Amino acid sequence: MSASGAEGQALHAVPEVATEKQTIAQAVRDAMLEEMERDERVIVLGEDVGVDGGVFRATDGLIERFGAERVIDTPLAESAIIGMSVGLAATGFRPIAEIQFMGFVYPAINQLFAHAARMRNRTRGTLSCPMVVRMPYGGGIHPPEHHSESYEALFLNTPGFKVVVPSNPYDAKGLLISAIRDDDPVLFMEPKRVYRAFREAVPAEAYTVPLGRAAVAREGTDVTLIAWGAMVRVCLDASEVLAREDINAEVVDLRTLNPLDRETIISSVVKTGRAVVVHEAPRTGGFGAEISAQIHEHAMLQLEAPVQRVAGFDVVFPLAHNEKLYLPSRDRIVKAVEKVLAF
Amino acid sequence: MDLPHLYRQMLRARAYELAVEDLWNHGFISGEMHLGTGEEAVAAGVVTQLGDGDGLALTHRCSPALVVRGVPLAPMLRELLGAEDGLCGGRGGHMHLFSKEHLAATSGIVGASLPTAAGFALANSRLRPGAIAVAFTGAGAMNQGMALETLNLAVAWRLPLVIICIDNGWAITTTSDSVTGGSLVERAQGFGMRAETVNGRDVRAVYKAAAKQIERARCGKGPSFLLATCPRLDGHFLGDPLIRMANKPIAEGKKVFGSVLSSVVSRGGGGLADRAGGVTQMMSVMAKARRSGTRERRGDPILAVYKTMNKHEAERDRIDAEVAAEIEAAVAEALADVGEGSDG
Repeated sequence: MSASGAEGQALHAVPEVATEKQTIAQAVRDAMLEEMERDERVIVLGEDVGVDGGVFRATDGLIERFGAERVIDTPLAESAIIGMSVGLAATGFRPIAEIQFMGFVYPAINQLFAHAARMRNRTRGTLSCPMVVRMPYGGGIHPPEHHSESYEALFLNTPGFKVVVPSNPYDAKGLLISAIRDDDPVLFMEPKRVYRAFREAVPAEAYTVPLGRAAVAREGTDVTLIAWGAMVRVCLDASEVLAREDINAEVVDLRTLNPLDRETIISSVVKTGRAVVVHEAPRTGGFGAEISAQIHEHAMLQLEAPVQRVAGFDVVFPLAHNEKLYLPSRDRIVKAVEKVLAF
Repeated sequence: MDLPHLYRQMLRARAYELAVEDLWNHGFISGEMHLGTGEEAVAAGVVTQLGDGDGLALTHRCSPALVVRGVPLAPMLRELLGAEDGLCGGRGGHMHLFSKEHLAATSGIVGASLPTAAGFALANSRLRPGAIAVAFTGAGAMNQGMALETLNLAVAWRLPLVIICIDNGWAITTTSDSVTGGSLVERAQGFGMRAETVNGRDVRAVYKAAAKQIERARCGKGPSFLLATCPRLDGHFLGDPLIRMANKPIAEGKKVFGSVLSSVVSRGGGGLADRAGGVTQMMSVMAKARRSGTRERRGDPILAVYKTMNKHEAERDRIDAEVAAEIEAAVAEALADVGEGSDG
C-alpha cells in the first residue's frame, strides 16, 4: 500500500523557492495578479470583480493595483461579457472573464459556442481567441440550481475550447497561468466548494502547470479512480477507507479535461485493470461516459471489470437538504470500487 | 386606495421576511438567501391591484410580491425548508417559487422575469382578455440582453405588460450607476413604451402610478415601465457582510458593527466557527433593532407607512397584532414536524 498522497496532497514537486500557504481562491488571485504584472494585455472583466473584489474574493485587490481600466466591473450581462471578450481577444488583449457562477453562463453560450470556440478554425488561424473564462462550479455550498451546477460536458462536446479544472492551490495557480498564456479560449472551472477548504504551499513567483497533463494524486495498484476538481479530494478520502481494507487505489486527477491526457488514464488502468470515474455532473452524457468509452476502446483486454461511474443523478441540482445524496460521496465511491473488485 | 389594507400587506411582507431570516439564522434554511426587505411598498402598491388571471413574474427577491398576492405562507416556508409539501414540492427553493393558481413564476437568473412575463401577457391577450402580466425586475437586470429583447417585443406586439423595475442602487455588489448607460426610464421610452419613475418607499405614490399603467394594459393600450426606487435593507444576500468580514475582518467589520465586532473577535476561547456563528446572531439582533423602529432606518418604507397610519392608531395596532399572529402561525405550521435547527 502506498503512503503517497495520504494527506490529499498532489504529487507535484514543489520547487525550492519561497512559498506561501495559500487557498485555491488566493492562488487564483495571485495567478491573475502576476500575469497582469507581466503582460499588460491581460485584463479582467466580470460582475463585481472590481470595486468589490469578486463575490468569492478571487479578484480581491486587483483593481487597487491595476486600476479600473484593467479590472472592469461589467453590467449583469453575461452575453456581453463573453462577446466583448471575444472582440478583445481577437484584437490584442488577453481577457480573463469571470462568470460569477457556472450556472449563470447560459445567456453567454451563444457567444461561447458560435464565436469564441470557432474563431481560429473559421479564420484558418488568422485570428484566435486568447481568453480565459473563469467559472466557479459545483455543489457543496448549499444554494439552489444555477449556483451549484457542473455542466462541463456541454463544453466538452463543443470543439474549440480547452477545459481546465484544478483540484488544489498549486495546480490552480500553475494551470491558470498556463491558461492565460494559451492562445485559445480556455474554460477554467474553479471548484468553489474547496476554494478555502485547505491551504497548500504555493510558490510566490509565477510558474506553469502544463495544460493537457493529468497528475497521479495517489499511486496504487488495485483500481484507478479518475476525477477532477472537488471530487479529487473525495476520491483521496475514499482511498484511505479502501486502504484499511487492503485495497490500494490509484487516484488520477485529470486537471485538464480537454485536451484529455489519455495516456495517463490508460497506463494507470493497464496497471490496475479496474477503473471508476467520479464526477458531480449528471450521469447520462456526463464526461465519465466519454472516459469509460475511451478506456474500453484502448484497454479493453487489460480490463478485469466494466468501468463504473459515480456521478450526480439525472436531475436538476437539488436543494440543500438533498445535496449530500446527490453529490458523489466517499461511501458511494467505496461501494463502486467494491463492485469492480467483486466482478 | 385602502391605506390600512396596503399597510397590512406591507407588514405581512416584512414580517414574513423577518421570519425567513430567523429560520436562516437558526439553520433551518441553508445556502444563499436574498431578502426583499425594503421593497414592501412596491410589492403592496402594485400587487394588491392584481386579480384572477393576471400573471406575475418575479426575481430572486420574490417573497414580498408573493405574500401580497396571497400565496399561502406556510407552504412557502415549507418550500424554503425543502419539504415535500412545500409550495413547489421542495424542488424549487427560495429563488424558484411558483404558484400555478396565481400564475406566479420566479427565476434566480437576473433578467429572466421579463421574457416570461411577456409570455404571460401574450397568453392573456389571447386567452383572458383584460387580464395582464406584471414583471418585477431589478435595475441591474435591465442590462441583460433578454430584458432589452422584451422591451422591444412588448411594444411591437402591444402586450398587456407592466414592468416594475426596482432600483435599489445596486447590481449585486456593484453600484448600478457605474454599469448602466443613460436613464432606464428614457431607455424604455426609447423603445416606445410609457415609462416613469416613482418613489418606491411611498406606497400611495406606487399605488397611483401602477394603477394608471395597469389600467392602460387592461384596456389594450400596451405596455409600460415603472422605475421604483427603494432601499436594499439586508445586502445582496443574508451573510453577505459576513463574507467580506472573513476576508478583511478589521476594515469591513468596522463598517458593519464597529465596537461590537471587536468584543466578539477578542473574546477568548471559542473556535472560529462558533465565533462566526456568534457574529451572525449579533448581526441579526442588530438588524432587528434597526428595523423595529427603536432606531430609525433611513428610507425604510415600513417606518414611512407606519407614520401615515397615525390617524388610525387603533386599527394599526389591530393589524400589527393580526399580522404577527398570522406569521407566527405560519412559522409554527411550517415547523410542526421539524426538530431543532443548528445554529450558524
